[in-house]
Amino acid sequence: MELKTKINAEDGKQELTITREFDLPLELLFKAYADPEIVAQWMGTKVVKLENKKQGGYQFETSDPKGNKHVFSGAIHDVIPNKKITRTFEMENTPFPAQLEFLEFEKITDAISKLTMHVIYRSVELRDQILKMPFAAGINMAHNRLQEIISKLKKNLLKTKILNLNL
Amino acid sequence: MNLRRDVFQAIADPTRRAILLLVASQTMTAGAIASNFDTARPTISKHIQILTECELLYQEQSGREIYYHFNPNKMKEVAEWLMPFAKMWDERFNKLENIMKKYKAKK
Repeated sequence: MELKTKINAEDGKQELTITREFDLPLELLFKAYADPEIVAQWMGTKVVKLENKKQGGYQFETSDPKGNKHVFSGAIHDVIPNKKITRTFEMENTPFPAQLEFLEFEKITDAISKLTMHVIYRSVELRDQILKMPFAAGINMAHNRLQEIISKLKKNLLKTKILNLNL
Repeated sequence: MNLRRDVFQAIADPTRRAILLLVASQTMTAGAIASNFDTARPTISKHIQILTECELLYQEQSGREIYYHFNPNKMKEVAEWLMPFAKMWDERFNKLENIMKKYKAKK
């Protein structure tokens, strides 16, 4: 399946580019980044703070199923409406340092717009580690599912044994 | 996640990549692989061991000899390791697109 989102991460570089074309006019795409209520909807986070302006800042908060809070925040360096946002991004309370993000919004036609995210990491190693996280999570999930199945199997085996004993 | 051997580390090494290329073209014994390199035999053995542990190569016994085979499925997995990252963003952006389409309709 062809994804609409393209990732370009060259070997040995500490940066990557994420590009995506949207079936949306440029103004609506930009609004999705500027309006706190809309950001909250598509990011699936609570927007604690969003000051989209030069020397502004933002703070998003999510809770995982265990009730742990995760905070994502950054400083906003520059905003040119319908054109670009320059900001930092950091996952608080993790070993990952801040990354620098250049977001560029482009009009392709009246109904199609394009977003280019140029992200710069502190090191090549960190970039690669962050790139692999969803991949690793996938493996972990598959592993957990396997564990679940195995533990269920064991329980069923145990039940069968008990049944046999009762008979 | 604590894999004993990281596939990405395995293919990061140029000698190991050369071994993969060799074995991909033809199944080989460890001796035949080593004869293609100037590097000491134990060093090559170590590389083969790492590639086998992360399943990029697998062994097959044939009489007294052990032959190494290339595992294309594992390699495919490596080639697709960026996919989950791309998918995560794609899903997020699909959501954005859907929300904004509804937003436009409401206006």
